[in-house]
Amino acid sequence: MDTREKDIEKLKDYKYGFTTDIENIKAPKGLNEDIIRFISNIKKEPQWMLDFRLKAYERLKLLKEPNWQKPKYPKIDYQDLYYYSAPKSMNDKPKSLDELDPKLLETYKKLGIPLQEQARLNGIAVDAVFDSVSVATTFKGELTKHGIIFCSMSEAIKKYPELVKKYLGTVIPVTDHFFATLNSAVFTDGSFVYIPEGVKCPMELSTYFRINASQTGQFERTLIIADKGSYVSYLEGCTAPMRDENQLHAANVELIALDDAEIKYSTVQNWYPGDENGKGGIYNFVTKRGLCKGKNSKISWTQVETGSAITWKYPSCILKGDNSIGEFYSIAITNNHQKADTGTKMIHLGKNTKSKIISKGISAGFSDMTYRGLVDINSKAKNSSNYTQCDSLLMGNKCGAHTVPYIKNKNFDSNIAHEATTSKISEEQLHYCQQRGLNPEEAVGLIVNGFCKEVLQQLPMEFAVEAQKLVGISLEGSVG
Amino acid sequence: MNEQLQLDFDKIIKTLKISEKEIQLKKSFLKKFIENGFPNRKQEDWKFLDISQIIKKNIGELSFFNDYSLPNKIDPSIFVDGLEHNKIIFINGRIEKIDFNYEDRNQIEINDEIGKNITFDYENSLIDLNNAFTNKVYKILIKKNYSLKKPLIIYHSTNNKIKSKNVNLSLNFELEENSCLRLIDYFSDNTDKNFVNILYNFNLKKYSILKNYKLDKFRNNNLKYSFNNIEQDDNSISETFILSAGSDYFKNEVNCNLNGEYSSAFINGIFSLKENQQHEIRSTINHLVENTKSYQLIKSVLGKNSKSAYQGRIFVDSKAQKTDGYQLSKAILLDETSEFNAKPELEIYADDVKCSHGSASGSLNENSIFYLMSRGLNYQQSKELLINGFLLDVVEKITDPEIRNLVKNIIGLKE
Repeated sequence: MDTREKDIEKLKDYKYGFTTDIENIKAPKGLNEDIIRFISNIKKEPQWMLDFRLKAYERLKLLKEPNWQKPKYPKIDYQDLYYYSAPKSMNDKPKSLDELDPKLLETYKKLGIPLQEQARLNGIAVDAVFDSVSVATTFKGELTKHGIIFCSMSEAIKKYPELVKKYLGTVIPVTDHFFATLNSAVFTDGSFVYIPEGVKCPMELSTYFRINASQTGQFERTLIIADKGSYVSYLEGCTAPMRDENQLHAANVELIALDDAEIKYSTVQNWYPGDENGKGGIYNFVTKRGLCKGKNSKISWTQVETGSAITWKYPSCILKGDNSIGEFYSIAITNNHQKADTGTKMIHLGKNTKSKIISKGISAGFSDMTYRGLVDINSKAKNSSNYTQCDSLLMGNKCGAHTVPYIKNKNFDSNIAHEATTSKISEEQLHYCQQRGLNPEEAVGLIVNGFCKEVLQQLPMEFAVEAQKLVGISLEGSVG
Repeated sequence: MNEQLQLDFDKIIKTLKISEKEIQLKKSFLKKFIENGFPNRKQEDWKFLDISQIIKKNIGELSFFNDYSLPNKIDPSIFVDGLEHNKIIFINGRIEKIDFNYEDRNQIEINDEIGKNITFDYENSLIDLNNAFTNKVYKILIKKNYSLKKPLIIYHSTNNKIKSKNVNLSLNFELEENSCLRLIDYFSDNTDKNFVNILYNFNLKKYSILKNYKLDKFRNNNLKYSFNNIEQDDNSISETFILSAGSDYFKNEVNCNLNGEYSSAFINGIFSLKENQQHEIRSTINHLVENTKSYQLIKSVLGKNSKSAYQGRIFVDSKAQKTDGYQLSKAILLDETSEFNAKPELEIYADDVKCSHGSASGSLNENSIFYLMSRGLNYQQSKELLINGFLLDVVEKITDPEIRNLVKNIIGLKE
């Protein structure tokens, strides 16, 4: 095989593994106060934002990188990373989609999200984050009619400083853990969503993240506020090109649901997982936290995690308002040398709060998968309940599946139920499928999809199809 | 505290007749303990109940010196009635009597193993403390094909002659092929505010059976820590039952290594707690070879201001195919101030396994109470009946009928 063919072969494995040749502006390598000032300056941020960043940086100096997680990784040299990388043509921000760099648009086409067409056809508004800068937000007009704000974070800082000031850092404070604080100091862009009182967002909002440049960390920050009685469903997808080195992705996502509001947040994460020998891949260390601030509010997390060399995240719900509901649906698939340590935290503070956790973990190859979750019912959270189910499926005896739930019940009125099982695909099931004409891989795909059904059902239609395919692709070559 | 430790240690060394080598060994354990101190909540295994804080709050400063050259008087009133048994009597940190009157003495070997401390790979500073201060390590060996006719009861007792605030006991058991031992740990305390630290090691050879029952029923203000390490060979069975109800604080740790095929381990436990009691069970089952089995059932009934924690870990090695692991923990919270914590953990590296765990906690079911009250019971009676049934479930798991009845009597459970 000549090199070209090899490249094509490689691309088949990870179909999002292309890079786009676009000139980038990068901040110099390293992390220090000047870099933070540089980022803030280049984004023409107001003083309060810079102060926010510097406060986080001061705190960061005192913090140590956590080390309790199951997947260990080589030490990251934070001084050897680029903290800002933007496509050059973004310097003069385009006013509309037509003005975008055609190469950028091409990239999104390859990703399967032709912004114009898909957005118009599907009625999904897309905000695409390329390396660190938000490129374009489609469907603005339609959203503005309803008073919905859906724009990049940097735009929101300029246009809606009052909203950003009021809510940014209220769920994930700058003094949180190491990666969250790092993000607070150096975040470059992300999405901002505000749904006004009583508005049901008429379409799915969506963001696509992509890391293009090498040696960059991607630090995006998303803030979603659902005002009283509103509803929004938000989707997030991620890809990155294939590179030999590991890249860091440390995002912060904050959700705030006020009285009677509902936020549904779905993620399909397909960062580059590294090659079959475990070389390269993304470190996905993300902090996602939702606050059910008002009464009767609801936050629901759905995630399909198939990518990344290491996934380390716990999308959580703080159920502060009375009668609030938190849900977490997750499928995590690891293959080859991938590692995942993921789960959720449900913190019950208000009365009559309910939470539900459904987690499905599938590990194959040499991978390692951990579900780690916390259910904490506070003494004031009368009459609350939680139901947790976490199932693991193992393929082969070189991989591992672990469950580490923490259960704290401080309220005698409340109920917690937790179940976990670990099993493998039985020979019988496989035999049955093969008898009916499926090949072994199709059979596994079918059984796994059945195993994940409860979670896949939670995804919006357009994503469910993609996710189902992704489940199949991720497990290719793991049987036989 | 460190000065006190050193001072008391030197005093003890003077009263003991042991060789220089043994002194050095003990010194090394003391040094390790002083370096690490008591475990605290920063350590994952001690996350729920922080023993260093509890000692500070309940006892204050510990002291460690006891003159082990002087015997203690045995008070026969502590003995269990209605059950013929062998005895080991342990008073104030000193083993006073070992009595195997019902057995064929040729089949049991008891050796005083000075200098042969029980050590493990894992970091646990309380084991270091035990090894530094324990008076004598006995090894009890049950010979091939011998089943003890009567159960062995170890009486853990303290009385007002005790000088220190800490007592340590360390025993090493070996069960040879096809032997059987029924062992009851029976706690009766007449003193307050001591920290009792117990370390057992069991070595189970092929086809041997160990049944260990830990009965801590009588209300006392002592703090207790017990660590059982069980090594199991092919086809061996271990059964551990823990009644955790008497002390202010009691943490039972059971570490079980299933090294031989077709070996199985059962751990069942009851927490029945009231005012300010804080108890914990932590079990670790390591499935290391094929065709092994484990089962754990832990139930808690928690009254005012009490707190219980269960940490159960099932580890399955990649070699250990066809493992069967099951774990269930349930809790009833009776009061708004009671608290239940659980961490049921699975760590699995083999694919052909059946492992599951479940955990549930909540208050007594109002509907069931209503049902019983509509049939003429009053509120209190209905509650008691439900709790009775809830706990009986665990007691029924005890395989030895004699001991099952004893435990039922002790707890006051009706059938």
